[in-house]
Amino acid sequence: MTELASLTISAARDALDAGETTSVALTEACLAAVEGAGALGAFAHVTPELALERARAADAARAGGDAGPMCGIPVGIKDLFCTEGVASQAASRILEGFRSPYESTVSAQLRDAGAVMLGKLNMDEFAMGSSNETSVYGPAVNPWKVDDRSLTPGGSSGGSAAAVAADLCLAATGTDTGGSIRQPAAFTGTVGLKPTYGRCSRLGIVAFASSLDQAGPMTKTVRDAAIMLRAMAGHDPKDSTSADLPVPDFEAMLSGDIRGKRIGIPREYRLEGTPDEILALWDRGAEMLRDAGAEIVDISLPHTRYALPAYYVIAPAEASSNLARYDGVRYGYRAPLSQGDGIVEMYEKTRAEGFGAEVKRRVMVGTYVLSAGFYDAYYNRARKVRTLIKRDFEQVFDQGVDAILTPATPSAAFGLGEKGQADPVEMYLNDVFTVPVNLAGLPGISVPAGLDRQGLPLGLQLVGRPWEEGALLDVAEVLERAAGFVAKPAKWW
Amino acid sequence: MSIDTSTAAHVAHLARIRVEEEELPALAEEFNRILGFVEQLTEVDVEGVEPMVSVTPMRLKRREDAVTDGGMPETVLSNAPDAREGFFAVPKVVE
Repeated sequence: MTELASLTISAARDALDAGETTSVALTEACLAAVEGAGALGAFAHVTPELALERARAADAARAGGDAGPMCGIPVGIKDLFCTEGVASQAASRILEGFRSPYESTVSAQLRDAGAVMLGKLNMDEFAMGSSNETSVYGPAVNPWKVDDRSLTPGGSSGGSAAAVAADLCLAATGTDTGGSIRQPAAFTGTVGLKPTYGRCSRLGIVAFASSLDQAGPMTKTVRDAAIMLRAMAGHDPKDSTSADLPVPDFEAMLSGDIRGKRIGIPREYRLEGTPDEILALWDRGAEMLRDAGAEIVDISLPHTRYALPAYYVIAPAEASSNLARYDGVRYGYRAPLSQGDGIVEMYEKTRAEGFGAEVKRRVMVGTYVLSAGFYDAYYNRARKVRTLIKRDFEQVFDQGVDAILTPATPSAAFGLGEKGQADPVEMYLNDVFTVPVNLAGLPGISVPAGLDRQGLPLGLQLVGRPWEEGALLDVAEVLERAAGFVAKPAKWW
Repeated sequence: MSIDTSTAAHVAHLARIRVEEEELPALAEEFNRILGFVEQLTEVDVEGVEPMVSVTPMRLKRREDAVTDGGMPETVLSNAPDAREGFFAVPKVVE
């Protein structure tokens, strides 16, 4: 049974095509694995009846010769996606009991491609966090473990990463505003792809920072990311920022041949304090790509160090605006009121009780940087710096660089409760390598590349040109193959 | 730039989030840490740089200004904490 749940999408597809298994069998195997993995806290809401219903429909469709590209593949959906009639609460108390009357475009496209939703995955509240610890459900736990400590699977898509790494599903959706797909993928030895901003529709994805948010696949292999991205991507008339561009067959673009490609190594990413083994892994990654025939070039992205500060102005500003909708009127939680409380007390109590500490902090920081007298000094300045950060990347691509190689994270997975307790900025530093990519709207992918000396996975990040996810995935697959990462967490849950 | 407790209280009110008096000093301290961190942005020369409006250079699509959806009051109200007679109900706002 568990063997079926450990399949990749491509292997499951082959087995389904060959009639060696059924979607019902795959789905039952995953549901059993989910059932036995309560200790991981990866799933917040499981939907077994719906899953089996869709699995039966997928088997029937396949028998009728009408199998979509994800036909019968069991997946998990991050709780940030609205799913019709199924709990969708962005891991927040303020959306407790919310039942979405419609389906997000991305999850609808996956459903229409035949994917089978197993349930909703744990995450940081409103996708704000890097450790899954801000979730109202409690943290998801990394299936990787080296001592008595429970480790974070990263965040915000921590449940997605834990579920994929622990073989509870074949793949999962994630969203990435500052690293929320790539950092958890790196912490769990899985693959996480953040597409170009605008590649996937944001309709029905609970908004955090609209100019940065992007959905993407979290999978066991690069090939699976290519398969799943194709099903998720495309223009949506209901999201005016989704790109009206053709969606190529990304899987068919995996040529395995990157001879002559120019891979940039940005010198500004060699940060003081980065552990030696992460720098060594980065060097080895560059060697692997060189051995595969790529040309390795030193590049400069001079405004890199200003990316995190710019992000921590822009993202909270957008969050403060987006989260104004949680007012206790139209949906979600409303605080009990005292005699004589008016509408302002209703708003203030509802939001104080409904939001967790990190969300409140970011909404208030955002409110501050947008307030009269500070708008120019903080918000406008951050947007100007964002222009410069994007320009850095454009100049490098203009010099003929095809992709950029960096570490994915400044450390391996850390223990739950170990970071950010005294100083929120300590947690923010986790996203130092991933945030610039969101600010520039570029595609980025985290590929598992090795284990650290404790035995925890480490990832490398590749960043591509806008809209060239196919070429990016091609390089990523070569890196994946050369790194030969096959380790799996030992089952303790 | 340092945020004191009265500024923290003002910001909390602007954000419509109730913060108890005794929590204000800790909140102000957190604001100061975060704002101290983003203070680095003042080092950047942004003279003549346009603030980013859209990360992808594309013109937003337009459509005909026509009603394309609607007529589902029950669905719209289905998640309301308090809905009555086809309306969202809130505490009295007009005397």
